[in-house]
Parts: sequence; structure tokens; C-alpha cells
Amino acid sequence: MLYKFFMSVYKETLLLKRDFGGLVILFVMPLILIITITLIQDGTYKSMSDVKIPILLVDNDNDTISKTVRQNLNESGSFEVLTQLNGKDITEEVAQEAVFKGKYQLAIIIPEKLSSDLQLKVNQNVDRIVSSFGLTDSISSEVENQKIEPKEIKLYFDPATQLSFKNGVKNAIDRMISQIETSSIYTTFQEQLGEGDEPVFEQESFISFKEIVPTIDNKEILPNSVQHNVPAWTLFAIFFIVVPLSINIVKEKSQGTLVRLITNPVPYAVVIAGKTATYLVICMIQFYLMVTVGIYLFPHIGLPALDVSGKLFLMSIVAIFAGLAAVGFGILLGTLAKTQEQSAPFGATSVVILAAMGGVWIPVFAMPKVMQFIAHISPMNWGLNAFYDVLLRNGGVLEILPEISLLLLFFIITVTIAIVYDKKKRAV
Amino acid sequence: MKKPIIHIEQLFKKYKDADDFSINNLNLVIEEKEIFGLLGPNGAGKTTLLSILCGLIKPTSGKFSINELSYQKNATEIKKLMGVVPQEYALYPTLTARENLLYFGSMYGLTGKELKSKVEQSLDHLGLLKFADKKVETFSGGMKRRVNLIAGILHNPLILFLDEPTVGVDVQSKNVIIDYLKELNSKGTTIIYTSHHLVEAQDFCTQIAIIDRGKIFAQGTPKQLIAETEKASNLEDVFISLTGKELRDVI
Repeated sequence: MLYKFFMSVYKETLLLKRDFGGLVILFVMPLILIITITLIQDGTYKSMSDVKIPILLVDNDNDTISKTVRQNLNESGSFEVLTQLNGKDITEEVAQEAVFKGKYQLAIIIPEKLSSDLQLKVNQNVDRIVSSFGLTDSISSEVENQKIEPKEIKLYFDPATQLSFKNGVKNAIDRMISQIETSSIYTTFQEQLGEGDEPVFEQESFISFKEIVPTIDNKEILPNSVQHNVPAWTLFAIFFIVVPLSINIVKEKSQGTLVRLITNPVPYAVVIAGKTATYLVICMIQFYLMVTVGIYLFPHIGLPALDVSGKLFLMSIVAIFAGLAAVGFGILLGTLAKTQEQSAPFGATSVVILAAMGGVWIPVFAMPKVMQFIAHISPMNWGLNAFYDVLLRNGGVLEILPEISLLLLFFIITVTIAIVYDKKKRAV
Repeated sequence: MKKPIIHIEQLFKKYKDADDFSINNLNLVIEEKEIFGLLGPNGAGKTTLLSILCGLIKPTSGKFSINELSYQKNATEIKKLMGVVPQEYALYPTLTARENLLYFGSMYGLTGKELKSKVEQSLDHLGLLKFADKKVETFSGGMKRRVNLIAGILHNPLILFLDEPTVGVDVQSKNVIIDYLKELNSKGTTIIYTSHHLVEAQDFCTQIAIIDRGKIFAQGTPKQLIAETEKASNLEDVFISLTGKELRDVI
């Protein structure tokens, strides 16, 4: 029986070796994918100092606030602030048209008299407070009675702009305006109450954030795009084995070789085991290739190196079980499909869906409630969580045990369904 | 007195959603060392019967035994005794002839030197040795048929099932295949064979059964069948007389 198993593995290896296109799909495409995606996504994990997004600023204020906004935007390093197009000052209409046509991602319109009206409003409020304490009797009735309309800073976004970018920009500008308002209030109080140049109020933030990250040997583990992307896209590539494997099985049916195998004195389980072993080895080669690229190639193309120190063994275990789950899915799909036209597109699409459900693109916590529930039944989510447990959460065998058990269970269930379905089909 | 090697009793097969039975209360005994021709028009039930005997599909009811072993209880043992040569080229096109045969031979339990020498001898016998290391996808139809045949007989089966083994091949390849099958039979292999080539069957088979609508209409040696049929001078006359002249288009 062992000899039959080895011959099955040998046969599958030869079939793969002779299929150049299949080999390209299995090894080269995932490498291209991981390099491309990591390069693109790298910007979301580090400051975008290298890539500046040009934005339009229409400054109708021409005073302290607009200067502060412009200065902050420039200092953020993320934006290139444009106030002129073709040598002319940008108007709101021009900015709106340019943004809505997709030429620019964002236009900020600062209204007229924003700085002066804000100062006036703050003065009114501060004067009222100060006088209510009986500290002054010199409130200018002209200032007090002046009606000041609320101001709006308009933002125009390219309709194709992603929601996450829009929210990020809106939050940043909101924070900037709040700081300016607060600073203005403090300054006005200082002017009303202060007797000299000595600052009465400390304008530095009292509350600040400190992110506490996991540490190993007192060294902080800071996640970067590579630590996130390599496991995520490695899983994606591993699951893409579903496509060639299902095609392999469909071909055996259409070529008649499956008929010959069924009439041979060899249990179907041995045939399946031969395929499982071969494709599992392919999955592991894919995995180690990706890791190698992450460790050695990424630093040469401006990306952080993948740090697997002390984690490679556990990562390999996760890869083995993820590979098993992928192979099981491929065997099931190949058994159910009648033609390559069914198995190839369905296999590819279902892997993309599983990846989306599993949190490869969008984190599970950011999904709607229903999708969060569905995500937990995606084998790619189990694999991804196990990889993150090892790479980012400093987890051990116990931490990954639930996920790898689920992956193994998925393999057993899919292969069992495939075998039972095959038997049932022949009983019709 | 020859020993019965296949014994079929009250066999029925009705496919899911089909209106009629493909095999309808079929009873048949095939004796050892025969070259048994199973002849019938399209949709008569030949391939269904062969598929049931090979274990590819299950009968709706009835029973059969091969070499006195009940298939229901001894499927693996029976598979070791039989060889199957399907109608399609059941080979891996991107593997060479030798690689295909080494693989399928190993699935029959052959190993090591025995396997290699069987493959070598068979390829030589059927004129394919010099093409042994060429991919099957580059072979002509006749060459593929010969490799297809070898893949089913490497383990010297007691019973060989052949589904139209000479369809689509040239005369030369056909003669080589038929001669080789006769040689196998002379060494003790019982051959169960289906074909639409009635002239070939008349010359090749020692026993013939005419099957139609899932039932055996006549059984005997070619000579007996011709003699027993009025105005018949060959097997084709017998065939037409028993199955009629109307077209048998099946979907």
C-alpha cells in the first residue's frame, strides 16, 4: 500500500512538473502578488512621507487659521498643498470641478473671515465669562451684540475616494480646527487675565496617548506591513492550490484515468492521499518561498524585513494545517465539478470570497455583524488568526491549537464529503 | 468441462430519472478462458453491464459473482483478478508511455523489477518500446490504444474487460491488438469484449451474446448463432435479425 502511495505522489509530481502554466500559477504568481500588495500597503503602516497626495486649498480667509491649516498640512508630510492651478488662484468652482472629475482627491475651502470671526466669537464668550465673575466692566457692547454666524470649512472629495481615506482626512482636519479654537480661547483668556508676558495657561495637551505593544526580551514588537501581509497573502496563495488541484481531478474524470483507478485494487483513499501529500508539499514550498522573499528580498526593495526569529517552526505548523484545509477544499471541488469550466472559475472566485470573508483585505472587526459571524467560519480566517497569534501576538502552540484543529477538521470534512459523494454518484 | 467464471443472476439497473431499465432481469453465465463478445446496438446496455461487472456503478438489484466471489463482499479481491481497458484512452497525456504503465502497474500491486520488466516486455510485444519515453499526447490513436491495452493487462488478469478496444485504429494496430489478446487468452485469460465491429467479433470471439434493451436475446458460438438464424450468412445478419433495422439513437 505504501508503494502505491509513493507511486501516486510520484505521478502527481510528474504531472505538475510537466504543466508549466500550472507551476507559474503555483509559485511565480503568489510571489508577484505578495511583493505587489506589500509594496502598495506599506504606506498604510508607515508615515506617507515618500508619497505626497496633492490637494487643493482655497484660502478665502488669508489669516491665522488658514495659515495654520496650510502649515499643519504641509508639516504632516502626507500632502502637497496647492493653492494655484496654471498660475491662477484656485476658486471654489475650479476646485470642485477638478475634484469631482477625479483630478485631485481632495479640496479644502476655507471661508472668508474665518480667523477674525472666530476671534470675535471667542472674545464674546470670554468677555461674558470674565464679566460674570466681576473681573471687568469694560465689555464693549458693540462686540457683545455683534451676531456671528457659524462658519463651515468645506471639503470636496473625489467620489472614487475610499471611505477610510475620507474619514482619516476629516478627523485630522477636525482635530486641527479644535486645536486652533482651543488655542484661541486660551490666548484670549490670557489677554483678559494676564498682567504680563508670563503665560497663565499651559497650552500643551494634558492627556496624551501611549500605545503599549507586546514585547519580547524588553524589545517592542511593532507590527509593520510585512508582518501583516506575508501571512495573509501566503494563505491566499496556499488556498489558490484549489484551482490546479480541482482541475487535476476533473481532468482525471474526463480523461478516463479515474475509471481505471476505480477499477484498480487500490482504495480511493490512497489516490486522495497521494494528491494530498503532493499538493501539501507544494503549499509548504510556496510558504517557504514567501517567507524567504519576506526575509531577504523585501529589505532590498525598501520594505521592512519579515521577522520570523524563533517563530518559523510554529509558522510552518500553521502552514501545514492551512495547506491541508486548502487541499481538502480542492479535492471536494474537483469531485463535485464536472468540467474544468466549472472548477477553475468557481475555485478562483471562492478563494477570493474566502479571503475577503477571512479578513485578508478588511479586518474582521471592521466588518458588519453578520459578516463578522461568517468570517469565523472561513478557514482562511482561522489560518490568518493562527499566523497573527504566532507573528504578532507572540503566541505558542496552545494559542494556535484551536485554529489548527479547525483547519484539520475542515480537511477531514471536505475529503469525507468528496469520498461519500463519489461513491453515491456511482450508485445512481 | 469449462468452469463458469462470471455468474449473473436477475440483474437490474435503472439510472436515476430514466424511464426504462438499462439492464432488465439479465441472467448470464460466462465460462473461463472464453473470448466473450457482448454485442448490441447503441443503448442496448453493453457498457452498463460492463461497468457493473467492473465495479464502476452499482446495480439496482440482482447479484453477480466473479470466479465464485460475490462482488458485494469481495470487491478488492475481484479487482485484483480483473483488468479493464476502457473505451477512452484512460492515460495521462503528459506522462510518457513508460511512466503511465509504471504507475498503473503499481496500482495493481506490481513493484520493483517485476513491474519494470512487465512494462518493458509489453511495450516490446506491442511495438512501442522505442516510444516508451515519449509523452502519450504525441502518440497516434493506434499507439494510444496499445498503451491503453497494456495498462489493463500488466498484472496478467484472470478476466479482462475490453470496451471497444479497436475503435478508431488502423488495420495494423488492430491486428497487433487482436493477436495480442488471442495470445493472452491462450495463456488463460478470459476476455469479455464489446464492439460494433461484427466481422472482427465473428473472427475473434469464441462465444457471443446479443444484448438489446438490457436483455440477452441470444448466446452461443458465432457459428451456432449463424446456423440458428434463418437466412443468416454472417454475424451481421444475426444481429439485424435479432435487433431490427431501426435506428437506435440514444441520448
